[in-house]
Amino acid sequence: MSRLIIGPFNRVEGDLEVRLDTSADQVQRAEVTSPLYRGFERMLHAKPLPDALVYAPRICGICSVSQSVAAARALAAMDNRAIPPAGAHAINIVHAVENLADHFTHFYLFFMPDFARETYAPEPWHQAAAERFAAVKGTATRDALPARAGLMQLMGILAGKWPHTLSIQPDGSTRAITRSEKARAGVILTGFRGYLERTLFGDRLENVAALSSRDALYAWAEAQAARPSDFAHFIAISRALDLASLGRTSVPHMSFGAYPNADGHFFSRGLFRGGVGTFLDLGAIAEDVSHAWYRQGGEHGSPMHDAPPPDATREDAYSWCKAPRLGSEPVEVGALSRQLVAGHPLLRDIVRLGGASVEARIVARMLELALVVPAMERWLAAIDTDAAFIDHRPLPANGEGVGLTEAARGSLGHWLRGEKGKIDHYQIIAPTTWNFSPRDANGTPGPLEQALEGVPIRAGETEPVAVQHVVRSFDPCMVCTVH
Amino acid sequence: MANRPLRLLWLQSGGCGGCTLSLIGAESPDLATALDAANVDLVWHPSLSEETGAEARAKIEAVAEGQEPLDIFCLEGSVMTGPNGTGLFHRMAGTDTPMMAVIEKVARRARYVVAVGSCAAFGGITAANGNEVGAIGLAYDGKQAGGLLGADFRSASGLPVINISGCPIHPDWFVETLLQISAGAFDVVDIDEWARPVSYTGHLVHHGCSRNEFYEFKASAEQLSHMGCMMENLGCKGTQARADCNIRPWNGSGSCLDGNYPCINCTAPGFEEPGHAFAATPKISGIPVGLPTDMPKAWFVALASLSKAATPARLREDATKDRLTALPTRGKGKR
Repeated sequence: MSRLIIGPFNRVEGDLEVRLDTSADQVQRAEVTSPLYRGFERMLHAKPLPDALVYAPRICGICSVSQSVAAARALAAMDNRAIPPAGAHAINIVHAVENLADHFTHFYLFFMPDFARETYAPEPWHQAAAERFAAVKGTATRDALPARAGLMQLMGILAGKWPHTLSIQPDGSTRAITRSEKARAGVILTGFRGYLERTLFGDRLENVAALSSRDALYAWAEAQAARPSDFAHFIAISRALDLASLGRTSVPHMSFGAYPNADGHFFSRGLFRGGVGTFLDLGAIAEDVSHAWYRQGGEHGSPMHDAPPPDATREDAYSWCKAPRLGSEPVEVGALSRQLVAGHPLLRDIVRLGGASVEARIVARMLELALVVPAMERWLAAIDTDAAFIDHRPLPANGEGVGLTEAARGSLGHWLRGEKGKIDHYQIIAPTTWNFSPRDANGTPGPLEQALEGVPIRAGETEPVAVQHVVRSFDPCMVCTVH
Repeated sequence: MANRPLRLLWLQSGGCGGCTLSLIGAESPDLATALDAANVDLVWHPSLSEETGAEARAKIEAVAEGQEPLDIFCLEGSVMTGPNGTGLFHRMAGTDTPMMAVIEKVARRARYVVAVGSCAAFGGITAANGNEVGAIGLAYDGKQAGGLLGADFRSASGLPVINISGCPIHPDWFVETLLQISAGAFDVVDIDEWARPVSYTGHLVHHGCSRNEFYEFKASAEQLSHMGCMMENLGCKGTQARADCNIRPWNGSGSCLDGNYPCINCTAPGFEEPGHAFAATPKISGIPVGLPTDMPKAWFVALASLSKAATPARLREDATKDRLTALPTRGKGKR
């Protein structure tokens, strides 16, 4: 048995270290370390309640809107206020732009470049993968960056700017749009759809969204061979490397529900356990700090009542990431979890056949691109440009609220308590806090720690490429993780 | 363009990564084209480069130990000195070394040192509320010169740390600075009193604000979403804040003010602690405390009362609406 410490682990958002105990050809045990602490929860203490909307988005420059949405909802939950339909649509579009841009950035800039690595040079598919996906130098970067920047122009219209908008408020969106702006927003969406259909998929979004089984996906990808399709390119590599068997977890999947409107969530809230969707008991969420650099507070880690202070001297700890648990269980979150909970037949079939794997996680993100862009077109069409986008009412001075949402990477929650107009308590549990949590008091490893056990190591590797695929398949956001 | 590639190393510490994310949204040109145009050889960037773990450490160490030259060092995020000066709030992954020690070594090897964003420049958001974590900038701790490298620090180019402040940066602020450095056309005349590029801090956020007419007539917004000027009630610092946000649009067409929320002066040291709720203007006897930077107070008060008396009905009415309704015509023009 030998020890391998991998860090700095890049092409993840923020700072990450992975420590592995390895045998000759595989990982035996993994510890995941988040090495950076900034202290946003303590920073927010005693600030005026609305200032949460300035500080919280700055937790993360990649999930900034998600943090805004969670903070705004937590404030709104203090007196259960609702927002006008036009504002709800506008906020859902802004949030979807960020989430889809994150999926897109992850695929092109963070995940695919690993297939260009020298270690794969002997593989028959390597040359094409390197030309297309090599970090910075590949042709895909040059295609993808302008397409991404084009999509982000929706932020200029609907949110002022990105990242770190203040347009998302407990009462709605500050930015009503005009009829001409609505038309322009539509053409921006058309442009992004065009890139996805021409280059990422090589097919209509609706055709991708309608794929309903793993066999259908594989057949579709083979049929795409004749035309440009970066996603089909991934499927071919994934099948060659059997990524459907890599990085598997066997924990439940959770979703807080995404893109709410008058009809409920576009992607539903719930838990997916043992092959079926079930009820999610939000009251069972608690954070364990037995292996994290914090002093235990009180009340068993309840995010509404406990606020453990940092303690860098703790000997038995190895991460600034706390260990959130549902009851006593770790859960996985992210696009895959969201689609499993929402019941998409393709992902349910993939996971039934091969478990939650590297391949399943990537497919889920791509599927969401195909599902959400058409939804954004419908939300935009539904905006009444003469209607109110915001319905101003003063915030209550006292009370508590929970703000839940789905960031690109999964379930994000803010728990706050206000007293005399100031923030008295603020706790945040971010998606990667769930996925990259350290062990808990029972010694149960977090989802990534479980997924890394048994991952193969190729001869002579010091930064095993399969480990990198597994880690990046979660699209970790480390700045959110610890905050 | 430089005739040999410019070696650029980018590290991140106590920040949110938002400046990188803003930068990859660069348009006309996109980031890949900009890096080509500046003839940049990217030694390593945490979000963009292939190398991970030991491969990445080797690249950073070669620079830190002076084995490989470095033209430009970019830091994103604050330098984390806590707890108690140990730097353990950010240990460099894969090592036992506090990140602040790595940052200092690398910075002292570079021809140009660039603080990307207000965190790296001044401490920024990470330093808010008592700065329990000891977040500081490369050459400033808030408004205090010094920071990690000391007030007298000059890189091999002879320049102090170039502070591209902002939360986040506009992509062009970085791209244009990079292109100027590449062309040998970035010098001491190109920075302001906080060592920020004057290319964007030579302006006030007020310049080009589409609410200027509301400002002129003191027709004020009362809520976030209103069309009126946000200075009197909503904490807007556009008349004091130094940046070109309303001349150079964000994400194609936007800005904070265009999004109907106030400028919070994010390019300035200490913006993270305004001393009041961000979106509320502190007042003394009904007069906003933060008046335009270089305007005599008595004149401001006199002109404000005069212009308030002359406010056209069109502006007075639209100031508290969520969209413009009146047309600028004689008589009653409605949109």
